[in-house]
Amino acid sequence: MVVFHVHRIAQRLNHSTLSSVLLHDSGHVSLLKMGSSRSINTAAKFRTWGLLPSNCSNVTSPCTSRTSYGPLSRYQIFLGLRHNEYCTTPGNGEKQTISVTFVDKDGEEKQIKVPVGMSLLEAAHENDIELEGACEGSLACSTCHVIVMDVDYYNKLEDPTDEENDMLDLAFGLTETSRLGCQVIAKPELDGIRVALPAATRNFAVDGFKPKPH
Amino acid sequence: MALSRALSFYRSFSTVPSQSLRVCIVGSGPAGFYTADKILKAHEGAEVDIVDRLPTPFGLVRSGVAPDHPETKVVTNQFSRVAQNGHCSFIGNVSLGSSISLAELRELYDAVVLSYGAESDQALGIPGEELAGIYAAREFVWWYNGHPDCRNLAPDLKSSDTAVIIGQGNVALDVARILLRPTAELATTDISCHALAALGESSIRKVYLVGRRGPAQAAFTAKELREVLRIKDLSIEIRQEDLSKTPADEEELKNNRIKRRIHELLSKAATPATSICSPGQKELHFVFFRKPDRFLESDCRNGYIAGLRMERTILKEDVGSGKKIAVGTGLFAEMECGLVLKSVGYKSIPVDGLPFDHHKGVVPNVQGRVLSEAYGDAQVEKGLYVCGWLKRGPTGIIATNLYCAEETVASISEDVLRGAVTSRSGLSKPGREGLLQLLDSRNVKVVTFGGWEKIDNEEKRRGSLKNKPREKLTTWQDLLEVATK
Ligand SMILES: Cc1cc2nc3c(=O)[nH]c(=O)nc-3n(C[C@H](O)[C@H](O)[C@H](O)COP(=O)(O)OP(=O)(O)OC[C@H]3O[C@@H](n4cnc5c(N)ncnc54)[C@H](O)[C@@H]3O)c2cc1C
Ligand SMILES: NC(=O)c1ccc[n+]([C@@H]2O[C@H](COP(=O)([O-])OP(=O)(O)OC[C@H]3O[C@@H](n4cnc5c(N)ncnc54)[C@H](OP(=O)(O)O)[C@@H]3O)[C@@H](O)[C@H]2O)c1
Ligand code: FES
Repeated sequence: MVVFHVHRIAQRLNHSTLSSVLLHDSGHVSLLKMGSSRSINTAAKFRTWGLLPSNCSNVTSPCTSRTSYGPLSRYQIFLGLRHNEYCTTPGNGEKQTISVTFVDKDGEEKQIKVPVGMSLLEAAHENDIELEGACEGSLACSTCHVIVMDVDYYNKLEDPTDEENDMLDLAFGLTETSRLGCQVIAKPELDGIRVALPAATRNFAVDGFKPKPH
Repeated sequence: MALSRALSFYRSFSTVPSQSLRVCIVGSGPAGFYTADKILKAHEGAEVDIVDRLPTPFGLVRSGVAPDHPETKVVTNQFSRVAQNGHCSFIGNVSLGSSISLAELRELYDAVVLSYGAESDQALGIPGEELAGIYAAREFVWWYNGHPDCRNLAPDLKSSDTAVIIGQGNVALDVARILLRPTAELATTDISCHALAALGESSIRKVYLVGRRGPAQAAFTAKELREVLRIKDLSIEIRQEDLSKTPADEEELKNNRIKRRIHELLSKAATPATSICSPGQKELHFVFFRKPDRFLESDCRNGYIAGLRMERTILKEDVGSGKKIAVGTGLFAEMECGLVLKSVGYKSIPVDGLPFDHHKGVVPNVQGRVLSEAYGDAQVEKGLYVCGWLKRGPTGIIATNLYCAEETVASISEDVLRGAVTSRSGLSKPGREGLLQLLDSRNVKVVTFGGWEKIDNEEKRRGSLKNKPREKLTTWQDLLEVATK
């Protein structure tokens, strides 16, 4: 079983200069940088680690936009797009909503409107986004793990509590900007946030065996 | 990569048309239910049957997860929705190996997925292990969770004030918590009533959690540790000297978020302020760097445990794996105790006709496809798959089985697409109908999901009378009677 362990960096990262993610997989360490140096290679590395969508497929749903063809545009997914155009202001008596984009395991994007005060887990379920929520938001499972794709947005969130960190410890594919979807509550500052569902390519194979074809 | 490509391929077409695909899943724990869910989503028209030897579904979510963790059991809502899918059936009270053989199931279904968990225990292999008063943690857990096979365990909690738990994983913390938590707090959980009564009269006041390695290697996780450290009126004993870190420990902790947070929690708990113990107060002792050497028999009660001899250990790096292993130092110490719970890991049991790796205790497999041999010249067993603890060994949380099921179902989907699962003749397999006929001819009384719902309702009804979420039915007879009423 592959488990990723991640260093938490004590100080909040400064997005404009450098943000980094450290992943350890049984001894291998890779330091991934992004920000000032927009290299295609970096995007490719993220993909290898399962942080970036590795594939996209045809999508017909109107609220889903097909994204990413070349490595560079995949990289842009990670950086997060500017969001002003989606911003919704509170109308008279109307419930204020924000725009949230989910990027699923295959790289498909879905942008939805989320009422302020609602958790990303609830929002995902209301919009048929395949985010698991085994314990239905009671901080007991870690299956609602999402990766905030832009560190600026990550920094706008309240710090995770000890209890959330305890569950994040066990989340698959943990990254520096991981959160539990049931604990992220929509608020106006988060308008335009993009979150990725962690890719699930893991290998549970018993080591050393190569089966012969029939 | 090929796997993920195949997966995305399936997703993009949402489901693979497989009208006649008939799948039998053995074991209705998280691995079984997640597998069913994924198959139903990937294969339109597939028929999925989940058999279990118990009349009740959900595996360790019902019989393992601690009674004071109701939030963790919420996942059964999701599993129930899977069972209620028109293409899915739960068939309880059917045991692979006695009600039906593996060969028969493989004849009846296109694909068989084994996810029957790990229902035995690792042995310590030291003298005295057979003495009365020594239990596997699995049995103790089954007892307090009302599993019908341990209904009559009756562990002796009254002859001594000291219990030793061997192992420092989450199961060890679960059983320690159940022994130490005020019973008034357990009384409003779904703990079995026989266990609640026995714990109410328990004289166990001191619990020792014995680990062969150090705090930097402990297997438990922060949530469980935090919980046990927060138990009311409990004195926590941790020796400061055990917490000192070697440079190798420092390195290990730096690179491992989970272990680092555990070490921090233990260090905080070890400050002298928390270790002033008032008389009569319950105590939890974390004992590191001690491995069990032999169990000691009582002088006055023949055949009963009276103590444990332990050897002090130091850590050495294993050249092959790089893992730090505990080696004995030749220094021994003895400790008195009247109850021992061995919590050193579960173990799967093979069934007839199933390739099994006795060394690793799992079914040899590649991404969930069962291999004919554990070692050497292995071939893939057509239509036979494995998932969960039987596939990976007895570790991982509920969510781990979700990813494990994704992998197994991706293998099934690939094989279906290659035509390697359904028969070439085009004749469909008998599936559910054939299974039910065979079981009927053997006079096996199956319990359907509707039968389980009767049990569920009755348990909730009995629970409501006692301010408990449910009062579990704990004998085979009661379970079967209510299910078939
Ligand atoms: C004591 C304990 C507490 C735990 N607590 C937590 C927790 O709080 N949170 C968490 O995330 N994880 C917890 N876990 C881990 C989690 O329970 C496991 O990861 C998970 O249950 C493994 O799933 P499985 O489906 O492989 O096996 P199981 O859940 O064991 O399911 C196996 C099923 O197969 C059936 N079966 C066995 N033999 C046969 C047979 N011959 N024929 C037919 N059916 C058969 C059994 O009746 C059972 O229903 C705990 C584990 C233990 C042991
Ligand atoms: N709340 C939860 O999330 C929860 C609750 C319960 C269980 N679970 C999960 O279920 C899985 C099983 O838990 P578990 O506690 O049974 O297993 P585990 O986590 O593997 O722990 C086993 C413990 O036994 C020790 N051990 C093994 N062989 C030994 C020997 N011969 N002598 C002395 N000590 C020995 C191990 O020490 P070494 O490290 O030295 O081998 C380890 O401390 C785990 O993945 C656990 O996280 C989760
Ligand atoms: S849904 Fe379980 S922790 Fe968020």
